[in-house]
Formats: sequence, structure tokens, C-alpha cells
Amino acid sequence: MLQVDGIEAGYGPVKVLYGVGFDVREGEVLCLLGRNGAGKTTTLKTIMGLVPPEAGTVTLAGEVISALPAHEVPGRGIGYVPQGRRLFSDLTVAENLEVGLMTRGKGKSTREHVLEMFPRLRERLTQRAGTLSGGEQQMLATARALCLEPRVLLLDEPTEGLQPSMIQLIRETVETMRAEGVAVILVEQRIEAVLSLADRVAFIENGRSREIVTATELRADDTLLRKYVGV
Amino acid sequence: MVVGAVPRLLPGVVGFAEEICITLQAWSFGAATRLRFQTLTGNDPGMEFGPHLLLAVLEGAVGAAVLALTALGLSLVFGVMRVVNVAHGEFYMLGAVVAWFVASVIAGHPALGFVAALVIAPLAAAVVAMVADRLVLKPVAYDPEATIVGTIGILYILQQAALMWFGPEARPVEPPFNHRIALPWYDWAAGEWFYPWGLSTTSYKLFVIAAAVVILLAFWAVLTRSRIGLIMRATQLDRETALAFGIPVGRVYSLVFGLGAGLAALAAVLIVPIQQAHYLMGGDPLLLSFIVVIIGGLGSVRGTVVAALLIGMSDGIISVFLSPTLSKILATLLVALVLVFRPQGLFGTRAA
Repeated sequence: MLQVDGIEAGYGPVKVLYGVGFDVREGEVLCLLGRNGAGKTTTLKTIMGLVPPEAGTVTLAGEVISALPAHEVPGRGIGYVPQGRRLFSDLTVAENLEVGLMTRGKGKSTREHVLEMFPRLRERLTQRAGTLSGGEQQMLATARALCLEPRVLLLDEPTEGLQPSMIQLIRETVETMRAEGVAVILVEQRIEAVLSLADRVAFIENGRSREIVTATELRADDTLLRKYVGV
Repeated sequence: MVVGAVPRLLPGVVGFAEEICITLQAWSFGAATRLRFQTLTGNDPGMEFGPHLLLAVLEGAVGAAVLALTALGLSLVFGVMRVVNVAHGEFYMLGAVVAWFVASVIAGHPALGFVAALVIAPLAAAVVAMVADRLVLKPVAYDPEATIVGTIGILYILQQAALMWFGPEARPVEPPFNHRIALPWYDWAAGEWFYPWGLSTTSYKLFVIAAAVVILLAFWAVLTRSRIGLIMRATQLDRETALAFGIPVGRVYSLVFGLGAGLAALAAVLIVPIQQAHYLMGGDPLLLSFIVVIIGGLGSVRGTVVAALLIGMSDGIISVFLSPTLSKILATLLVALVLVFRPQGLFGTRAA
């Protein structure tokens, strides 16, 4: 579904990615693992076109999307749940969802479907997003991305700072997406969550892709975890 | 272009001379008020404080109405684009100058020319602003410091272009209607009630106030209820996330810069029958808009409107009773106090 080939990117003179490549298939959860500063978030931003790649390509279902202007990338069907949620804090819950719906021109039925997945948001529709609790904000950030009816879903540390019940909800959401055939790329720090949820794991070190292994292999042998994450 | 424009100016000048009421307003409206104030005190040294205050409040309200529109444009551009538009006053001037051109080209009742100017002048200013956005602001990637220098450049280009094509004269636009409206105020003197001479306003001034209120409400409705308003607010709150949800931020920036300039031009069209078009007229509205936007809170619509009322009204009232210079001094002092004690402005939220 989504293929990343040898992307190199950075912020101005500071280069962060020196060659990252992987692919993720329909109905698959791929986890990006690596230490802080390895380039996981930058990789997601490069896929979204928010950081322009200096080299390499991103291909979505056969179309090279890394050459598109950034605002046309999400319209191809990529939903993005950024690190730190990045809600439009002064907009209401309903307005945040509306921004998501506008991206691919989705309407009422999508909105209903998303609100059924997160019933709590329905009670908060007129509330300003900035006044929600941390867990509700994460729900909204996820719901906003699902409003695109994405083919590919990018989640950047979605469980950071959440209580266990919320982590469970996010996890169930990812599983639902996988069952619906969405390709999911997940950046996650908690190893046990990665091992239980991921189908495959791609390691990133110092802006370079390292081994890509199945979660099954990783569960059997934690050498790679020790090497790249240090646990 | 100048040669062609002069004969078209003549009928306007003749029509202008016919109405004494407008002649008074050939001065800046502050000056007109002072003139009337002196006449009043000359006739009746014992006149009450009340009538003066009423006049001053009305003049202040006209100033506040126009200022609210102008400052809103500046505030919108800063809020969404984080661009300090130093050329904002020149878009105001451009609106007035275009209004004069349109009004002098269109024959017939002055209302025709005025209504045409009301549509054409803001559009023209918006188009110029959008071109400036593409040619100047976009190439420097909206860098906060580079855009200040860039808009200073735009300021001089527009000002000098106006001097070349419009000339150094102040030129009037005839108001679409201008009835003298006597104010319901009677004074008690020498044992009887009398009606003080000259205590009046004009229907056009009341129209300016009403029009500004309608435009502000429409703007508010567009910003809070429409899809384009949602897009602008989302872009203002988080540019990068807006991009990640397919909002064409570059186009939104162009649109917002055009809209900001259009608001300034619209304000100028409203004021030009009272104040005349002149190529240097952009300075005062720029200064006052900055004062308003700083006091109200950068990027806050509500704060901008409230601060425009505060500054516009106090400018009108202090100018009438004391002096226009003092009113500017006090406004600037207020800015200093706000910056010291509440840097985010009265209604602004603390920068993240």
C-alpha cells in the first residue's frame, strides 16, 4: 500500500534522515522503533509532505506522493495522528472533526461512524478541544484522522501519557482499522504494546533503516530490541 | 492617466462646491468638528457640556467604526499569517484612491459611483495585496522579520505609485446622500429653552456607523459559521496540522492577505466622502490600527473590535475637548501600559 524508499530529509541545514525505507501492506500494523531522536517522527512528517525529502520517494498504491505539494498528500487517503495530538485547540470538537471530514470530502455517514467509535466525543461536540482531558484529546486526534476514511493511518506515540483504559481504547481502534484493511504505521515507545499489536517492526537508528522483522520473531528473540532500543 | 483624469474630476468639484455642508467636511472630520465647536462656543459661550459630548461621541463613533474595520484587517493578517503588515495603511489609501477614480468615472447620481466604489475598491486592493503576497511574502517564506522589511517596501511602492498616478492633491468623493440631521438637544439659557445652532450630524455619518456594524457582523458570521472561516481559523491555530489535513495553506495566506487589505479599503471607501483621498492618508490608520491590535490582543477579533471602540471613541472625544495630539499621546501611553501589564492584550491569549 505505502512504500518508502531511501528517503533523506531534515530541517534546513540539520539532516535527520539518511536513508529510511520500508513498506506497509493493507491490513498490516508496522511499528517504527528506535531511540529518541532516531528520526521516527521526521519519517512520518516526510510521508505527509510536511518535511520535503531531499532524496528518495514515498509511493502510495503506485503513485509517487513525495513530489506532491504537502496539502495534496492527505487527500490521497493518509490520516495523521501527530505527536502531542496537535488539535485545533480553540475550535470545538465538532469543528475539529469537520476539518478532518473536509480533507477528503466525507460527510455525515463517516462522521456518525467515527462518533460511534468514540461515543464520548458526541457528548463533547460543542466543547473547545483545548478543554478536553488528555484521553479525550487523543480520542479526538484519532477520530479526526479517521474522518478521512484513510487507506493509510499514521499514529505518532498515540498512547503517550494516557491511562490504561485509554491505551486499551486506542489499541482496539488500531485493531479495528487493521481489520478494515487500513495500513497502519505506528510509532510507539512501549515495547509490550509494540510486541502485542504490531505485525512487523522496522528499526530506525540515527536516521537510517535497520532490520525489519516480524513481531513473532521479535517476541522469540530480543537481541534487536537490546541493540536498537536498549531494553 | 493623470491628464485624462482631470476633466473627469471637474464635475465632481462643481458638485462639491454646491453643498456647504460638505465643505465643512472637506477638512478631516476631526478638524470639521473643531471648527463647529468653535462656532458653537462663539455663539453661546455658556453652552452646556452635554451637547458637546453628544457631538464628540458621534464623531468618535464614526472614527471607531472605520478604525474597527481597518484594524480587523491588520489583526486578521497577523493572526493567521503571523505577518506584521506595515503596508496596511497603504491598502486603506488605495481603497480611497480607487473610490475616487470609480466615482469620477461613473456619471449620474453620486450614489451610483459610491456603490460601485464600495464593490470595486476593496476588490482592487485585495487583488493588489494577493499579488504582493505572491511576489514578496511567499518568496521569503513568511519569515517574521523579512516580511516586515518586505511590507515596508510594499508601503513605499504603493504610496509612490499613488503619487505618480493620482497626484499630490486631496480629492473628494461625493457622499451618496448627506442630509443634515438635527440632534434632539435643547439648551436652557436666558430663561427659555432654545435649540443650539449647528448641533447636528449628517445622515451619511450615521450610515458609516451602521455600515461598519453590518460589515463586522457579516465578517464575524463568515469567520465562525462558514467553511472558509473554519479553514482560516484552523490555519491560524496550527499551520502544519492544517497542511496535514489538506488545507492549502499557501492559498489561504493569499486569501487572508487579500481579505485584510480589502477590509482596509472598505473602511477607506466609507470614510472618503468625509475625509478625501490623498496619497499620504495611510499613516494615521496604520498607527491607530497597530494601537488597537496591540491593546485588543493580536489576532483576537473581539479584542480588536472592543479596542477600536475604545480608541476611536476616546480619540474623537479627546480631540474635540482637548487636542488631537493629546489623544494620540494617551493612546500610545495606553499601549505602553498594556504592553507592561498585559502583553497579550485585553482579549488575547498568551502565546504558546
